[in-house]
Amino acid sequence: MSRRTSQDAIPDTREERASYLNAGQGLGSWLLTHDHKRIALLYLISITFFFAVAGCAAALIRADLLTPEADLLSNEGYNRAFSLHGIIMVWFFLIPSIPNVFGNFLIPLMIGARDVAFPRLNLASWYIFMAGGLLTLAIVVMGGVDTGWTFYTPYSSTYSNAYVIGALAAVFISGFSSILTGLNFIVTVHKCRAPGMTWGRLPLFVWSHYATSVIFVLATPVLSITLLLVALERIFGVGIFDPALGGDPLLFQHLFWFYSHPAVYIMVLPAMGVVTELITAAAHKRVFGYWFIAGSSIAIAVIGFLVWGHHMFVAGQSPYASAVFSFLSIVVAVPSAIKVYNWTATLHKGEILLDGPFLFALAFIGLFVVGGLTGLMLAMLAIDVHVHDTYFVVAHFHYIMVGGTVSAFFGALHYWWPKITGRLHSDLWSRVSAILIFGGFNMTFFPQFLLGYEGMPRRYHVYDPSFQVLNVMSSVGASILGLGYLLPLTYLLWSLRYGKPAGPNPWGATGLEWSVASPPPKHNFETIPLVATGPYRYPLEADAPDEGEGEKEAERV
Amino acid sequence: MSERALHDPFTRLDRQREADRLGMLLFLGSEVMLFGGLFAAAMVLRLQHSHDYIAASKEMHYWLGGINTAVLLTSSALVAGALEATRAGRARLSGWLLGFAIALGLAFLAIKGTEYAIEWREGVVPRFSDAKLHGGPHELFMVLYFCATGLHALHVTGGLTLLGMMIWPKGAARAEREATTLGNVALYWHLVDLIWIFLYPTLYLAR
Amino acid sequence: MSPSIELWPPMASEYAGRVDLLIASFGALVALLSAPVFILMAFFAVRYRRGRRADRSHREDRNVWVEVSWSLIPFVLVLGFFVWSTKMFLDQRSPPENALTLTVVAKQWMWKFQHPEGAREIDELHVPAGRPVRLTMTSQDVIHSLYVPALRIKQDVLPDTYSQLWFIADRPGVYALRCAEYCGTDHSEMIGRFIVQRPEDYARWLARSGTDEGLAERGGKLFVKLGCSGCHGPASPVRAPSLAGLYGSVVPLEGGRVVRADEQYLHDSIMLPNKDVAAGYKPIMPPFGNLIGEEEVSQLVAWIKSQADAGRAQP
Ligand code: HEA
Ligand code: HEA
Ligand code: HEC
Ligand code: CUA
Ligand SMILES: [Cu+2]
Repeated sequence: MSRRTSQDAIPDTREERASYLNAGQGLGSWLLTHDHKRIALLYLISITFFFAVAGCAAALIRADLLTPEADLLSNEGYNRAFSLHGIIMVWFFLIPSIPNVFGNFLIPLMIGARDVAFPRLNLASWYIFMAGGLLTLAIVVMGGVDTGWTFYTPYSSTYSNAYVIGALAAVFISGFSSILTGLNFIVTVHKCRAPGMTWGRLPLFVWSHYATSVIFVLATPVLSITLLLVALERIFGVGIFDPALGGDPLLFQHLFWFYSHPAVYIMVLPAMGVVTELITAAAHKRVFGYWFIAGSSIAIAVIGFLVWGHHMFVAGQSPYASAVFSFLSIVVAVPSAIKVYNWTATLHKGEILLDGPFLFALAFIGLFVVGGLTGLMLAMLAIDVHVHDTYFVVAHFHYIMVGGTVSAFFGALHYWWPKITGRLHSDLWSRVSAILIFGGFNMTFFPQFLLGYEGMPRRYHVYDPSFQVLNVMSSVGASILGLGYLLPLTYLLWSLRYGKPAGPNPWGATGLEWSVASPPPKHNFETIPLVATGPYRYPLEADAPDEGEGEKEAERV
Repeated sequence: MSERALHDPFTRLDRQREADRLGMLLFLGSEVMLFGGLFAAAMVLRLQHSHDYIAASKEMHYWLGGINTAVLLTSSALVAGALEATRAGRARLSGWLLGFAIALGLAFLAIKGTEYAIEWREGVVPRFSDAKLHGGPHELFMVLYFCATGLHALHVTGGLTLLGMMIWPKGAARAEREATTLGNVALYWHLVDLIWIFLYPTLYLAR
Repeated sequence: MSPSIELWPPMASEYAGRVDLLIASFGALVALLSAPVFILMAFFAVRYRRGRRADRSHREDRNVWVEVSWSLIPFVLVLGFFVWSTKMFLDQRSPPENALTLTVVAKQWMWKFQHPEGAREIDELHVPAGRPVRLTMTSQDVIHSLYVPALRIKQDVLPDTYSQLWFIADRPGVYALRCAEYCGTDHSEMIGRFIVQRPEDYARWLARSGTDEGLAERGGKLFVKLGCSGCHGPASPVRAPSLAGLYGSVVPLEGGRVVRADEQYLHDSIMLPNKDVAAGYKPIMPPFGNLIGEEEVSQLVAWIKSQADAGRAQP
């Protein structure tokens, strides 16, 4: 396999011995590690596991929906399947996926630090996360919950007979992990940058994680208190959200979406950061409009706090409030537009390598655009009144979360795999799986737009026979998609043993993480690097002067 | 909380100190949002059932709450004083001030406990001793009251533990001139105070 | 309901056609806005493939004007749609005065409909074509949502709250009616039929449904049976406000506020009388929340409404 650089030849023995992977042996050295890179791997393993569990639930859902009748699962069973699917996918896979794995691994490396600001806290948040995750699994084993991932009251607080309290507790616990991680990242970015690493020289990946962390810290506690109130209502029957006592079920929805809308940006901002890195690396060209992309991350994080009401257009909130939320939802789309168009412009006159990571990045952009623009459709009041709570919504968010973020996650996995493991993986197979995933994905979820438009409500187990054709298409697509997701598992694991040594910089990319050995040594940098230039200064770019933005602030840090 | 040695990612002590401070501030930000949810609930209740809300609020023992406000404010001021004392190198004085602050914090909890006991006897504890509760909204108000003050009391307990760690077992953190750890603990204590300053009018003085 | 595949959902109202037009136009906008991305990405990926010779001089890595324009132009385009759709939505929120009002009570997992003439039906809703129909809806337990895809409208149905929906169905036929908000085990089986009939057929159907008494009359009986008249009746020893002429009037409340006595107010006055106490009265009315169901409440409300023209008597 030919690679961009000829560093394959570097003997791996000396480096491997010094790497973070070999710095300690035995389970204890992993479970008690303070090394951000090892913690990242702990997360990688745990979220892959949760992805498989929730993926199995998805497989059940799709198998059941092959026919309009209830044959595979009972009504109750189906409700539990999609609830667990949603809960695990959102809180135990997607939210921690990119930030906790790649953010953890890369942020210190990218900013020239030896670790995150609070290494012990970092480990603690993994344990907290696992406590929540294991509790969820226990719930699955005991019989599950049937409230949907949204836990709407009064169903969740009064009427459901499932293990709602356990599920609430699990999500509640995992929230602390999010808060601590976010806090850690913010402090790390503020206080641990290497000398010369000014804000203007931060890789955009770091910017997007910075924005994500702000949401982590400020939105998650609102969810915590909300879930706590629901749990109290369930245990003691006293109800802030119980209309029979004069409580307000809409208050629950407001509080829930006040967290959950910003949370959808937790799920997509890190992916956007990844894609920015992948695009510039593949194009071997400086990113177009650094400040617009960095600023748009912050803008998304801030404006994202103001649009939660667009989930409640038909819930009974005031029509004028709905109009305002509709307007703000359009505003929040603008920074996303900036990113998409800037990525396109970055490719202009690049030197583009059509490798696996790049294909995943393209898949992200394509699917995110479709998902995002259909999100805008949902933000239009008269349209949402028709398609709210139908498969149109299901398709919208899978396009962004699965088509978008999960593709970006796989892109990141392929792109940084050589850095993480020190091994190269098969480029051919990575391209095959990118294409398989893209195709399978569209086949699964495009029909769902049509289903929703035709009026098939979501969370419907038994449906009108006229919807069957599209549902079968979707289920077939899901099988292809599932294969596409399994494929990387095989060749990536294979590469661990048989892959060629990667060398420090197999992609010929810029960025501090590529300046250290692969896998990186335990403390990342022997000496803390002195940064003198901005990111993405590709060799081809050498003729274009840096416009001096570096020198100005070089002494500040 | 009290490591003062340089630890891993940092190469300079002042940096590390700043990082600790920033971390604490962010944590306080998330605490504010936590209580924010409760304040939002109180606001909705107040708007939707203003009559019952005010009536319920009038039944609160506002003087007990008032005393508690004074107690907590004084305690907060003492901690601020302790911080100054530490910075001035007067570790002993700082220790005494912290001791008084802790005593006041305990007094706060004692008064709060008394208040709960009175409410129990009066029969206004939803679900457990609710003989005197009239109507859903009154119950909701009391639920909110117990949630908010209970959560706050937990925070007070946490804060007291932190303050306690400043004088016992060794009190080294208190002797440190930069007062990093003590400063952060003080910040936390001020936040606990601040939240009470908002809770008090919300629950006791609604008119 | 037909076994074959329908690519275009049926339409039962003129409004549905307008929603379709809106969606189709927005679809065109989506294509317009995403086309540059898709086309240029593919084009660049081929044209500037690594190893391929191409003109790569004068590369730009920022251009504020371009960036501002591609943020603002799509924004302004979408704003046009915002105005269009918001206007449709707000119209959809204000039912005309002369609308025929039906009451809907949702419960796990069925729909109950009551016609003003007294006809009651379950999981089937008959309406006359060409006439504005207003649904006043509430739920007996959790949140449901009434969804008629052929009308392109839905509205959540909340416990203890009246929400409403209105439409003019103008194409006779049988359409699907579904519950769109997840409400527990049999959510997906909480479906029904929405039957639009020509006015004369509707009248015949009403007559056939064997309704001896109307909604309000039923409420009137309840009013006596539940003991309301014991306090609110003209010769009652208890000081309670007269309910004649109450509906639609402005009621001064204890504490100086005033409210308009709409359906929600009547509902709450019965279920949670302490929520808003009429000025000058003691809050002695017992809450009926645990005694009667939403159907009964809607009958009582209908009765009180029917007394609206009686002129508000002085207490
Ligand atoms: C990662 C997750 C994610 C992301 C990023 C988004 C992004 C957006 N979402 Fe989505 N959404 C969800 C996850 C997500 N959503 C989920 C999970 C639900 C359902 C929850 C549930 O009920 O279970 C949901 C539901 C949902 C609803 C409620 C639907 C309903 O229940 O009726 C709405 C309504 O407004 C909405 C809107 C939007 C908008 C406007 C954006 C915008 O941020 C999108 C911005 C992106 C673009 C616009 C594309 C790129 C831009 C261009 C190509 C240029 C053109 C741009 C302009 C015209 C400005 N979303
Ligand atoms: C956050 C991320 C996320 C992800 C990644 C997915 C992934 C998928 N989702 Fe999910 N989905 C949600 C979040 C997500 N979903 C949420 C929040 C809801 C709403 C829940 C609610 O209503 O409360 C939802 C609801 C939802 C529904 C609607 C249910 C309903 O309303 O009735 C459907 C139906 O098709 C569906 C399908 C799928 C499919 C086919 C995938 C596929 O992409 C999954 C493919 C992956 C695999 C199949 C796993 C890979 C395989 C292995 C690791 C090996 C083990 C697996 C097998 C042996 C099969 N999802
Ligand atoms: C014990 C006496 C009593 C009974 C029984 C009673 N009410 Fe009342 N009702 C009152 C009093 C007193 C008020 C005024 C104070 C208030 O608003 O709560 C009132 C107020 C109302 C109001 C609001 C009137 C206004 O002017 O604002 C309505 C509507 C109402 N009652 C309907 C009913 C119905 C229907 C029933 C039977 C199901 C009923 N009441 C039974 C005593 C009673
Ligand atoms: Cu009723 Cu879903
Ligand atoms: Cu949203």
